[in-house]
Amino acid sequence: MNRVVITGLGIVSPLGKNVAEVTARLRTGHSAIGPITTIPTDGLITTIGAEVRDFDPAAYFADKQLALLDRCAQFSLVASREAIAQSGLSFRDGLGQRTATIIGAGVGGMVTLDESFHRVYAEGAKRIHPLTIPKFMISAAMSHITMEHGITGPSFTVASACASANHAIGVAFHMVRSGSVDVAVTGGTEAVFTFGTIKGWEALRVMAPDTCRPFSRNRSGMVLGEGAAIMVLEDRARAQARGAEILAEIIGFGMSSDAMDIVLPSATGAASAMRACLADARLTVEEVGYINAHGTGTVANDVTETKAIHTVFGDHARKLAVSSTKSMHGHALGASGALELAATVMALRDGFIPPTANFIEADPDCDLDYVPNEAREAQIAVAMSNSFAFGGHNAVLAIRR
Amino acid sequence: MDTENDIIDIVAKQAKADRATLKRDTHLSELDLQSIDIIELIFAIEDKFDISVPYNANDLNSAGISFETIGNLVDAVERLTAEQHAQKAG
Repeated sequence: MNRVVITGLGIVSPLGKNVAEVTARLRTGHSAIGPITTIPTDGLITTIGAEVRDFDPAAYFADKQLALLDRCAQFSLVASREAIAQSGLSFRDGLGQRTATIIGAGVGGMVTLDESFHRVYAEGAKRIHPLTIPKFMISAAMSHITMEHGITGPSFTVASACASANHAIGVAFHMVRSGSVDVAVTGGTEAVFTFGTIKGWEALRVMAPDTCRPFSRNRSGMVLGEGAAIMVLEDRARAQARGAEILAEIIGFGMSSDAMDIVLPSATGAASAMRACLADARLTVEEVGYINAHGTGTVANDVTETKAIHTVFGDHARKLAVSSTKSMHGHALGASGALELAATVMALRDGFIPPTANFIEADPDCDLDYVPNEAREAQIAVAMSNSFAFGGHNAVLAIRR
Repeated sequence: MDTENDIIDIVAKQAKADRATLKRDTHLSELDLQSIDIIELIFAIEDKFDISVPYNANDLNSAGISFETIGNLVDAVERLTAEQHAQKAG
């Protein structure tokens, strides 16, 4: 089995439009949650979110290409450019066939779908743009990455709600580890700020009116985010042979299903996925220094996740640093696992632990070290990143510096 | 009272409970209601009375409104209806 390393990383996030910007803001504990500005909010109860602000598509795409690109595909293409440029790889010289493109997305082209339905049903349009279908299909973002970079190996999109990106990265990890491919371009993308979508989220009654306060007492729910993070995975021997810069090594991936409830999480299922990840990585619990939590800021998730961490880590749980970067970049749904793994990679690389922002008061039921409000300087060697999705789909990745 | 009867109807339907057993002081926690049922209950109430109920699943005392008993629901609905329909008229 090959060892698998990350040789390229690209991010478009509410915290910034490249890795350097995002990392700097993670380090300051800056929260990008604020009033929603990309759509009108009259008639919405939820008027806050973590948006990618000042994103000018014309700065990145010519008109002809832009006509095909939903907002989520725009994000992932920009992120893929940064990641692939950093890797230094070119796919058109034969490497393409030995490269997989596996991207996670929770819903895909929602902005396009929303606009198109509005035209048909509300405006009574007799026809809509001919490229509507190829634009909104959930696999489109992934398609454009293969097209732009000339990648001709296996390619598909993975969907599992809030765990989509971790699952995508995990599958890509498996394929490089097994030698099916030498390289994988993977990650996740999501862009769902539309009036109708927010109405849907409000109806679930889990949206925070003020901000996202994971693990804090009196937390009041989640805040939507958006964005994309793309990474290049490579067979370690190959990366070393060509002198590539190695950002981190992916050492394990664990999965499980709760088989329980369509929205409520299960501590048993979460613990099972974390254990599976530790076993896959051949790690003892004492070796893990930091967990990037799923930490959505809902009463349900944060308590359940805390219990699961206690169950898996035992006495070592109290020595762990656990933080939720959703407090800073919001819940980006199908992109969240990728944004969060990216944050974890940069944290290990640059020697800091991103904080849980907006933390006011400790909740007696959430009693771990959540690194409240301020980033901490620390050289962490091994970290995990959790995603626990609606429907009970748990996916956990482990990386080593 | 109409409001009380309507609410008991809605709760009975969602909880699949015998309507005759439901009273003002019945605790919702005594009924077979999962968290999804509570959300659907609130949705049915909003639809029926054309009001917006500030219920947040993370906070059992949303905006000072308690959702523990059927009586609490009835009082909340009457208050919200008065507030919100007066706003519309005014």
